[in-house]
Amino acid sequence: MHFDKMSRRSLATGILVGAAFAASGALAQKNYGPGVTDTEIKIGNIMPYSGPASAYGIIGQVETAFFKMINEQGGINGRKINFISYDDGYSPPKAVEQARKLVESDDVLFIFNSLGTPSNSAIMKYMNAKKVPQLFVATGATKFSEDPKTNHWTMGWQPSYQSEGRIYGKYILQNHPNAKIGVLYQNDDFGKDVYKGLKDGLGDKAKTLVVADAPYEVTDPTIDSQILKLKAAGVDLLIDFSTPKFAAQSIKKVAEVGWKPLHIVNNVSASIGSVFKPAGLDNGIGVLSTGYLKDPTDTKTQQDPTVKEFFSFLDKYMPDADRTNLNLAYAYAVSQTVAQVLKQCGDELTRDNIMKQAANLKDFRSPLFLEGITANTSPTDYFVLEQLQMMKFNGQSWDFFGPIISAEAAKS
Amino acid sequence: MAAPAETTLSSSASDAVASVEMPRAARRDGTIAWVSRITFLVVALAIPLLFKNFVVFQFTQMLVYAIAILGLNLLTGFNGQFSLGHSAFYALGAYTAAIMMDQYSVSYIWTLPAAGVICFVAGFLFGLPALRLEGIYLALATFSLAIATPQILKLSPLEHWTGGVQGIVIIKPDPPPGVPLNQDQWLYYFTLAVGLLLYILARNLVKSRSGRALMAIRDNPIAARSMGVNLALYKSLAFGTSALYTGIAGALGAIIIQFVAPDSFTLVLSIAFLVGLVVGGVGWLPGAIFGGAFVLFVPNIAEGVSKGLSGAVYGIILILLIYLMPTGAAGFVRAVLSRLKS
Repeated sequence: MHFDKMSRRSLATGILVGAAFAASGALAQKNYGPGVTDTEIKIGNIMPYSGPASAYGIIGQVETAFFKMINEQGGINGRKINFISYDDGYSPPKAVEQARKLVESDDVLFIFNSLGTPSNSAIMKYMNAKKVPQLFVATGATKFSEDPKTNHWTMGWQPSYQSEGRIYGKYILQNHPNAKIGVLYQNDDFGKDVYKGLKDGLGDKAKTLVVADAPYEVTDPTIDSQILKLKAAGVDLLIDFSTPKFAAQSIKKVAEVGWKPLHIVNNVSASIGSVFKPAGLDNGIGVLSTGYLKDPTDTKTQQDPTVKEFFSFLDKYMPDADRTNLNLAYAYAVSQTVAQVLKQCGDELTRDNIMKQAANLKDFRSPLFLEGITANTSPTDYFVLEQLQMMKFNGQSWDFFGPIISAEAAKS
Repeated sequence: MAAPAETTLSSSASDAVASVEMPRAARRDGTIAWVSRITFLVVALAIPLLFKNFVVFQFTQMLVYAIAILGLNLLTGFNGQFSLGHSAFYALGAYTAAIMMDQYSVSYIWTLPAAGVICFVAGFLFGLPALRLEGIYLALATFSLAIATPQILKLSPLEHWTGGVQGIVIIKPDPPPGVPLNQDQWLYYFTLAVGLLLYILARNLVKSRSGRALMAIRDNPIAARSMGVNLALYKSLAFGTSALYTGIAGALGAIIIQFVAPDSFTLVLSIAFLVGLVVGGVGWLPGAIFGGAFVLFVPNIAEGVSKGLSGAVYGIILILLIYLMPTGAAGFVRAVLSRLKS
């Protein structure tokens, strides 16, 4: 219905379309779903504040602080945000319980940024059966965004693991077309997801370029034998699809055996604190990865006026938070995106319209996105962020280089 | 951990024996027991009519945990064997139900006996080598079971059935046609019925000859053997039966949660069962319901008090409970009853 309007306006720019929706919302009568009043919008959230993944709990804290700031600034379209965040301890059954509590007992309008692949898998069916948005889930698993038809109410946010893999494929084809690629990957849905993306990105060349791969289990104590196997196979471009602990091990082991391949680690393990410091900062010099958010630990970024807002937010609301934690920037940027969705909704705050507006982001930018990266969605494309930029570790921090690479273009 | 629990064991056992030996008090106890049973039934039957679906779902979960704790109580409370590995049997039951429903489209009702049988066999077989281990050594052996299970479930050769780390999503069963209940209410009554049946069976087992044999083994294995009790057989049977209960609870848990994944069945779950057992009262069957309530609701209460310190608050509540009711809900109920009598 709205799309007829759009096509008549002949390729309206993103801002115009957003304005059109806001206008149509304003013209229409106020229309409220559960959890919405003239003064309040209730949003639910599930985080592992306790348990094995409790390090991610900081994301929920930043989001709580973010909405506190929004409320002190007058809310969104005059409504305060009531952000209800529960702990699931990274346990799927607990996530189901908390999701049901949020939906059936607290009557939230939608659940935002619930964290973890297992927890989100556990509630996806329930959320879609109940027709409650499960918006911007905090995981890169491709399955949460790839099928808007079946899972109309579920949407990811960060570049999906497959998008990331495709981008590595594209980068390699352009810059190292004769590489002998060796893949070290975690033998679970995460590792296989990125690996699939890489193969898609390499296309027909995948079979000839990838000369060896070595899976490891999350439970393995070390990955030394995998590294030696890849070295013995004559690999000159090593890609790690692994979690921080194993990425640190592999950087260290590669240096120990005096191997000098071109080394790429995936975005999950691009953390200086938890990967490069334990591996030895010198050992990590020259390692490549990708990013989509500005690095607040970088002194160049700190001069960036658009990032100052982020720092003043931290100073005021989270003075004790560890500034080197990349999850702070993540949580801030994803919160800004959901605030944008709520702005676009105007006074039509129904669950239906939340999904419609979330699937109608046009060139949205958080000041924390790297220059050139934008968020775009459509009713058939739920991948919010699909661009990354390559970066190289210089012994202290990351240097971004080359163009912004889009996974979409890499698909073809 | 083992030492205080063991004192709990023997004291509750001697209490139980004491109450059996007094016929008059026993009759009075009987009346009180019937009154409390009927009250429980009325309350239990009324819950779905009084509360929102979400709360009904929570109570269903509580019943599931209670069944698992009942199973653990048969092993620990009545046979004196420790287990930190009951999350493994719970997982086995849950996966049995999930795989049958997901891959073979079996009705959820038939997954329960299957889960029970499979877990009984698994428990019995595990019980055989475990026979040589006593007390904390057995606890360690079963501990390894709890640690290994989530990893085994992730193994790639099994992935075709288990779905690997992704787990299995199953479809929530509808009530039978013509029953005017929604899914949550129906599953609650279904779980309640299964739970009651299992409770009655457990009670009969404990009161039977075999039950006395189990308790004799707990209290004095040498005396039990000299009286002709086959120690090996009974201990393995106790393990098997306990696993059967926990497995059925696991299957029910999978059905109501509609999802199984390796991360659901970690050591934390085993510990939760053990905590529930101690809170409810070791060697007292109705204690399971208190244990189930504790396992489900206390973490929520703790989180409500403080998000950042939920673990600490949980610990404080636990310490307070153990301080106020050193022998769990069982001791508390007995103390109240003896007050009433005097």
